[in-house]
Amino acid sequence: MHIYDIIIIGGGPAGYTAALYATRAGLDAVLVERMSPGGQMALTGEIENYPGFDEGVDGFTLGMKMQSGAERFGAKTEYAEVLSVDFSENIKKVTTTNGELFSKTVIIATGADPRKLGIDNEERLTGRGVHYCAHCDGRFYKDKIVAVVGGGNSAAADALFLSRLCKKVYVIHRRDTLRATKIYHEPLMKAENVEFLWNYTVQEILASDGRASGSVLKSTVNGDTFELKVDGLFVSIGREPMTSFLNGAVELDGNGYIIADETTKTNVAGIFAVGDVRTKALRQIVTAVSDGAVAVHYAEEYLNSNN
Amino acid sequence: MSVLKVTKENFDVLKKSEKTVLIDFYADWCGPCRMVSPIVDEIAEECPQYLVAKINVDEEPELSAAFGVSSIPTLVVMQDGKIKEISAGARPKAAILAMLQK
Repeated sequence: MHIYDIIIIGGGPAGYTAALYATRAGLDAVLVERMSPGGQMALTGEIENYPGFDEGVDGFTLGMKMQSGAERFGAKTEYAEVLSVDFSENIKKVTTTNGELFSKTVIIATGADPRKLGIDNEERLTGRGVHYCAHCDGRFYKDKIVAVVGGGNSAAADALFLSRLCKKVYVIHRRDTLRATKIYHEPLMKAENVEFLWNYTVQEILASDGRASGSVLKSTVNGDTFELKVDGLFVSIGREPMTSFLNGAVELDGNGYIIADETTKTNVAGIFAVGDVRTKALRQIVTAVSDGAVAVHYAEEYLNSNN
Repeated sequence: MSVLKVTKENFDVLKKSEKTVLIDFYADWCGPCRMVSPIVDEIAEECPQYLVAKINVDEEPELSAAFGVSSIPTLVVMQDGKIKEISAGARPKAAILAMLQK
């Protein structure tokens, strides 16, 4: 049985930074990734706020570069999905679709997935009028009518992106003002084909011929409802941490994020949480990579004191 | 086997295939498509019992429309010229193999 120093779960920016720091420090580490490098970052067309790229960089390329940067020092990627974990013994066990892995420490870097509206027919209509990636699917709605649900940064960016393609973009937001940072406000207000529907939530998704055809909106002010006909609905209402596989192995907060402070230490010794999956104020690529380095620092400290 | 690049001209090959067919609808500029693409290549290499094809949605808008593709990547499993499974979004390898084995 091979026992690694560190198993890293998740191949986004936090995971591959941890892999880089671990292998460069001479530790025996493996990274488990279910699909391909980059995580949520790989779904981002243009990244303008990761330093060192004066003309921006696309997220997929940055993910591949982070992987090859870690491989340069011997990091390995195991392509498999983690099914369950057992952190109850000194030697930690991670069960994957390719079999069991054992290690002295584990760094959890599983990130987050787009949050769903939680409406019955939503999953059936995903990719058929209900979408979570405007950058990927927006072009199928050229000159059509779409709605963006949400009021944060990613919703604002999606609405702006779609306004350049589509005939009309509705922005459905449950509050009366955007949560997005100022940089988005002016261009959105200026775009003539963007219309804000303040104080509404999506109550129902209407479908015809197996495709979404509109939605029933409900006022958060007086409870009134009305039907809005759209060709596509782009959902951008935040993220959900990927922690269900942990099954209680570490402590989570009420929203499912792993409770850990800036040391990235969880409530279990030798287990660390990095990137978007951790409780933190700002979820960005720069804070994710920072977590990756910090976690390896404390993992080394743990390994030194337990060997 | 290698992946078959499919256009309007050779689409009949998929309809007439005796093997189960996997089609990956993709675009070069789409992040999740680039995540799935190497997985589809691997399946083509490792599983000669399937006919694995890729269709570029930018170059083949008519084929994409015929399959009702409005999200990429979209993965389609066809058997005897009929659509058996259709799935929008990037999927891990195990999930794609499960679609083929259904």
